[in-house]
Order: sequence, then C-alpha cells, then structure tokens
Amino acid sequence: MSENQIFTDFEVVGLIEEKQINFNEVLTGKNFYLINIWSSWCEPCKDESEYLLELKKNTPVMMIGINYKDNKKNALNFLKLYGNPFDQIFIDKQGTISINFGAYGVPETFLINEENEVLKKYIGPLNDEDVYEIKNISNN
Amino acid sequence: MKSKIFLTIKILIIFILISFNLKNIAMASTFSEEQTINITKNLRCLICQGQTIHESNSDFAESMKKYIKGELENGKTNDEIFSSLIEKYGQWIVYDPGISKNTLLLWTLPLLLFLIGGAIIANRIFKKDYEN
Repeated sequence: MSENQIFTDFEVVGLIEEKQINFNEVLTGKNFYLINIWSSWCEPCKDESEYLLELKKNTPVMMIGINYKDNKKNALNFLKLYGNPFDQIFIDKQGTISINFGAYGVPETFLINEENEVLKKYIGPLNDEDVYEIKNISNN
Repeated sequence: MKSKIFLTIKILIIFILISFNLKNIAMASTFSEEQTINITKNLRCLICQGQTIHESNSDFAESMKKYIKGELENGKTNDEIFSSLIEKYGQWIVYDPGISKNTLLLWTLPLLLFLIGGAIIANRIFKKDYEN
C-alpha cells in the first residue's frame, strides 16, 4: 500500500438493500470515485447536497455515500428531501468505516483514483471551489 | 434416591462449567478492555484540545475506541494497530512517536547534545589541567 492509498479491504453493508460486500468490489470499473461521509443529523450535509448533485450530473465520478452514525429511516428521508447524489450508499453505524478512511467526522469527502490513491481530501462541506476542482480533475 | 443423587451431581457439574466459562469470558473482556485503554492513552484526539482518545468523549474518540476494540478482536497486535493508524492519520496521532527515519533526529538529538556538552566540559577541564 503506497502512502496515499486508502485501506479498502473491509466489509460494508448497503443502506438500501442491506447487502454485505467487500469495499474493494465497490471500487471497480471507474477512473475516479468520490467518497462522501454524511448523516441526516449533520446540518452542513444539507448545504452540501446541492454540490454533490451537481457533481453527480456533470462528472463521470462514481459517487459513494457513507451514512455515518445514522438510522435508516432518517437517512432515507434526508435523501428524499435533499436528493440522492449517490450511486451506492453504505452504512457506518459505529463510525469505524470512516476511521478506515482516515476521516475525522461529517461531512468529509475523498476523491480517489482507480489505484485507490487519495487525490483530494475535503474536511467539512464542499463548496464552489471544491466542485470546480473535482470537475477539473475528473473531466481531464 | 440414587437418581436424586445423580441429578444433583449433574446440576453441580453444569453449574461449575457455566461459572468457569463465565469467569473466562469476563477475564477475556477485561484483558481486551485494558489493552484498549493502553492503546487509547497513547493516541491523540485529533479534533480535541490536549486530550487523548481515552479521555475524550467526542464522536471521533468514541468511533476510534470502537475501531480499536474491533481490531483487537480481529487479533491485531498493539504495534499493528498503531502503524495502521499512523498510515491513516500521520505520526501526529501518537503521543509516543517511536523510532523511525522521520523521528530519528528527535530521539538522538538529546543524546548528541549531551555528548557534545560533555566533550566541551571535558575539553575545558583537561585544558586547565594541562595549563597548570
């Protein structure tokens, strides 16, 4: 594992289908992946959702949501209310999956490439500049 | 009468086995708890001010405690846990940084300064003796 690579060999459970899968299998077939740690109780996550929807619409990045210390009902309501920008969502009930990524809390976003190297790490909610940067990296 | 004695013996054996097992489980969890505390006392809470993971009740610290417990249950050693956390969060997460190429100067500098200081003092003493 190189210095910039994230650890991906662990099991995750989907929020919607509740199916267990190794996270390595999730990271296949795309050049870029955006991992966003979010929660329905996280206020900045509400502001961030419009930026994530924009990235979903205008980039080829695979959007992966990690639902942090939340409950399913609230999480699904949040997605209904603010839109669902994610291709896949996994639950992190204990907050330990986020530790695997080297995260500090919510919201936090990682842009990684096909070699699982972290290209960019955004602590806190995304903003216009971050979206511009992600678009630039992923569309070139 | 005989069947009553047998029944009593059976109940006693079951009781002893259960209590022995419970004691083992309790000892195992205490051991793991102690190990978790030892590890978390040497980890910095990165979102707190001057607190260890052990002292902090922040969301980050709570997740970290659960993560460490999980890693211990999976058979990871203290060193393996420390090095995987250093990989994820950097050397700053540990209070006791250990000897590595990045911290070699930190560890050897006090010894070097002591040796240089000692050499200067010895040099002055011998010089004085020689002059006298």
